[in-house]
Amino acid sequence: MPFSDDVRARLDVDADQIIGKYPGARSALLPLLHLVQAEEGYVSEDGIGYCAGKLGLTETDVTGVVSFYTMYKRGPVGKYHVGVCTNTVCGVLGGYQILAELREHLGGVDDDEATPDGQVSLEHLECNAACVYAPVVMVNWEFFDNMTPQSARQLTDDLRAGNNVTPSRGPDRLVTWREAARILAGFNDGLATEGPTAGPADLVGLKIAQEHDWTAPEPDRKVSDKAGEQAKEPR
Amino acid sequence: MTDTLTPVLTAHWDQPDLFTIDGYKRVGGWQALPKALGMTRDEVITLVKNAGLRGRGGAGFATGVKWGFLPKGDDKPHYLVVNADESEPGACKDIPLMMANPHLLIEGAAIASYAIGAGHAFIYVRGEVLHVIRRLRNAVQEARAAGYIGQNVLGSGFDVDIIIHAGAGAYICGEETALLDSLEGKRGLPRNKPPFPAVAGVYSLPTNVNNVESIATVPSMLMNGADWFAGIGTEKSKGFGIFNLSGHVTTPGTYEAPLGITLRELLELSDGMRGGHRLKFWTAGGSSAGILTDQHLDMPMDFESVAAAGSGLGTRSVMIFDETTCVVGAVLRWTEFYQHESCGKCTPCREGTFWLVRILERLEHGQGTEEDVEKMLDVCDNITGRAFCALGDSATPPITSAVKYFRDEFIQHHKEGGCPFDPAASTVWAEGLGGSGGSSPRGPAGSET
Repeated sequence: MPFSDDVRARLDVDADQIIGKYPGARSALLPLLHLVQAEEGYVSEDGIGYCAGKLGLTETDVTGVVSFYTMYKRGPVGKYHVGVCTNTVCGVLGGYQILAELREHLGGVDDDEATPDGQVSLEHLECNAACVYAPVVMVNWEFFDNMTPQSARQLTDDLRAGNNVTPSRGPDRLVTWREAARILAGFNDGLATEGPTAGPADLVGLKIAQEHDWTAPEPDRKVSDKAGEQAKEPR
Repeated sequence: MTDTLTPVLTAHWDQPDLFTIDGYKRVGGWQALPKALGMTRDEVITLVKNAGLRGRGGAGFATGVKWGFLPKGDDKPHYLVVNADESEPGACKDIPLMMANPHLLIEGAAIASYAIGAGHAFIYVRGEVLHVIRRLRNAVQEARAAGYIGQNVLGSGFDVDIIIHAGAGAYICGEETALLDSLEGKRGLPRNKPPFPAVAGVYSLPTNVNNVESIATVPSMLMNGADWFAGIGTEKSKGFGIFNLSGHVTTPGTYEAPLGITLRELLELSDGMRGGHRLKFWTAGGSSAGILTDQHLDMPMDFESVAAAGSGLGTRSVMIFDETTCVVGAVLRWTEFYQHESCGKCTPCREGTFWLVRILERLEHGQGTEEDVEKMLDVCDNITGRAFCALGDSATPPITSAVKYFRDEFIQHHKEGGCPFDPAASTVWAEGLGGSGGSSPRGPAGSET
């Protein structure tokens, strides 16, 4: 059943704003799919029909796009969607074990399947660009760094109990799966300035450089240095 | 002599408000754009060419030359697309950069847009990094409010709009033409080249696609000059870059150094291999560049030297594995990744990665034979150079390099009827390990290498 008039009227405001950002309207399709995922928690046939209608595309065309991208879900996931990185570095350092233990802890849920209370779902992830913090777990696309099987179980216990959890590098609180999808669609939630600038592993090199007073050369200093170097050992 | 580490892009990541416009301006930010606007577009392109910056996204193509490919005086809209889809296994440089210092990227994007005559810049960021997307969008809003982007930037008559565009989960979208299709709202399939994006990119209009780190390097070159940049690094691999050390090192972390630094130097800085263990294999440029061994400890990590060793500098994603790690299992996992991410457009990559996974599974579980190793190499040979895009070519180096250096280990699995390694011994919580995510104090270098 298509969206009700009320829902459609509300979505239209957001959708028109998204479409208006792009020089070519179809560029709005990925954000629009995030938007309908924010509305329902996943991309339904109704959501596909809505996006197709807004952009003058066929539902088949839109369905083909949805199936290409792993972040679009075709059925409900948890309020908190937990992803365990099992690409090689995270996996070898313990991600395989974390995923296996977490799956058991959550009652044997499949990938993208939620616990009966609807709070938590699980997925194995490929590299999420946080390898210096391996093993890494993501919840609603926020970073939880340097995880262990114990800390991962505690994390899902807290999520299911409604306790506040704080990402390692992210805002002070977790937003829900649907709220996260709205950020991806292009809207703000005012949390951008919360959380650290960088995590500890990203500062390792900088701290060593500061201890040794190592810097990039000064623009002026370099010219004389280079001249001296070249005099001594020409390349 | 240049210092061992040269923080430029990462220099102020310890500032608690660097991601705000005030924090960025306090460390000298937003001064390069006015300087660029005082130059002609050609002068900016020439400066980047003279600096010798080579693309930091993996391919290493000269950035200034790429900018120069866009037509001039053609009256068509031009576009800048920043590839922020960082997904290469082992790569974690662009995502932290955008979280810590989004204004640096926005300023670089504004300068690059000016140089190539683009009225729109897209930053295509992978979707799975929510807080990075928040920070980027916040920086764009702040920059727009301050007049650094938008209409008539700083009274110069130059207009540029910057759009933060979130992807939806697909490694292939890091390939520049697949990224363009994705940005147009389609499945992320690679395009034929030519035409190259400089002629027919997004919306079939002239488009320049650059990696995040390349664009973020531009403001420092504007401020300090081409000679300054060219004076760092090696003769053909100029400048500095971010190196990510992950895996079985005592202190995993991010290091910004001149190109040409060696693994031995980086291992000393990161307190060496984790306690009591020795280096077995590593990557210089992510999984797609294949693996190296301890015989490459003193190889300068510049484009030429790594290529000469049969690998690639790629994204300087240094993943390090000790002797507890099964190379067959490691390569199997990477290959499953490439199979999953293969877009399916071309047969060699789609079918080849499928069969490579099956053969590797047999080998890992001790059911494979020496004949399977040969078959696997044959399949690799039928993918490399025959796939439609770089993804296929990226799937084979982990396998061919692993067989090159560790053929005996593949055979050993067969002889023993299974994997001889205990995966528990490789974990962070195995006995005798450091791995506290960079928070451990730095002790004397304990490298076993």
